[in-house]
Amino acid sequence: MSTADIEARTELQALAGTAAEHRISQAEPRDFFALMKPGVMRLVVFTALVGLVSAAATSGTMLLDPVTGAIALFCIAIGGGASGALNMWYEADLDRMMKRTANRPIPAGRVSSDEALAFGLIMAVLSVMVLGLVSNWLAAGLLAFTIFFYAVVYTVWLKRSTQQNIVIGGAAGALPPVVAWAAMTGSVGIEAFALFFIIFMWTPPHFWALALFASQDYARAGIPMMPVVSGDAYTRKQILIYAVLLAPVAMAPWLLGFGGLVYGITTAALSLGFIFYAIGVYRDKNLDNSNRAAKRLFAYSILYLFALFGVLLLEAVIRLAL
Amino acid sequence: MNEPNTVDDGLELSPEDKKRRNRRSVAIALGLIFLVALFYIMTIFKFGPALMNKPL
Repeated sequence: MSTADIEARTELQALAGTAAEHRISQAEPRDFFALMKPGVMRLVVFTALVGLVSAAATSGTMLLDPVTGAIALFCIAIGGGASGALNMWYEADLDRMMKRTANRPIPAGRVSSDEALAFGLIMAVLSVMVLGLVSNWLAAGLLAFTIFFYAVVYTVWLKRSTQQNIVIGGAAGALPPVVAWAAMTGSVGIEAFALFFIIFMWTPPHFWALALFASQDYARAGIPMMPVVSGDAYTRKQILIYAVLLAPVAMAPWLLGFGGLVYGITTAALSLGFIFYAIGVYRDKNLDNSNRAAKRLFAYSILYLFALFGVLLLEAVIRLAL
Repeated sequence: MNEPNTVDDGLELSPEDKKRRNRRSVAIALGLIFLVALFYIMTIFKFGPALMNKPL
């Protein structure tokens, strides 16, 4: 290669570097909203709302009025969104390889990695600070821990390294009602942990059902989800075990007295339904490759959690009104 | 004699890029206004009825 060639190449590389540095942002405001995983945020807001109202109805301590309570709820939602944005920032390489996630803002090229990182960090700091100011610093600390757990422990460490990723990582998704409980009462009681354990035990069968019908996607991206590492049969067995374990855990609010008779009866019936669908997955040999049983369980699991928390919310509202 | 300012960073915003930039700017402005309103409401509600108890 002649000196002239080397000079020309250096110049070209410098130009390419400048272009990358000065890339014009293609982001729309809605792309930043998408970074916050609105679907997950819905679940966070709903479970946190149940935590907030149940705490007020159960403990009798109400540190927040409805307006500051709504602001606290908003902060928890933004905190959840921030951890979603940080997750998408770190996982852009994996998202690019998966059909389900290829159109997310970063892999689609609409938002740059730097923009997503900055957005996630700003939202995380803002949500924690405002929650601390509007409620108390125990709740703010718990929210900060939730964001850290999801963005660092789950996303950076667990997700790519173990098939138990979703079991341990599920703690992050289970914490919002605990944060809300702390915001309302200034402390965390056993009732808050009961709500935590319901979501914690619900998460693995919910995500493993998804992993069963998206296992090719996960395999392509090299994510060690259970069906990829241990196979479908083992995953189906684990789903059934967790479904059976979830049933008594879901009864905890009734046993502890902050879930009423309606909650007890509804939960018992819905948990039997959960086990029924899990047996369906366990027995399904998936000969037609449709994963119909896993898809059914996935849909049912969403309905299950919303119904359980919905009844708890309704009972708590009635107790507060009386 | 001063040379005319011919600094060119090689970037030309297309009309669509400009629209996107405007929309982002509006979103940031709305976010800031929302934060100001949020802090104002939080302050009022934190004070509670005590806000009215001051010597005239």
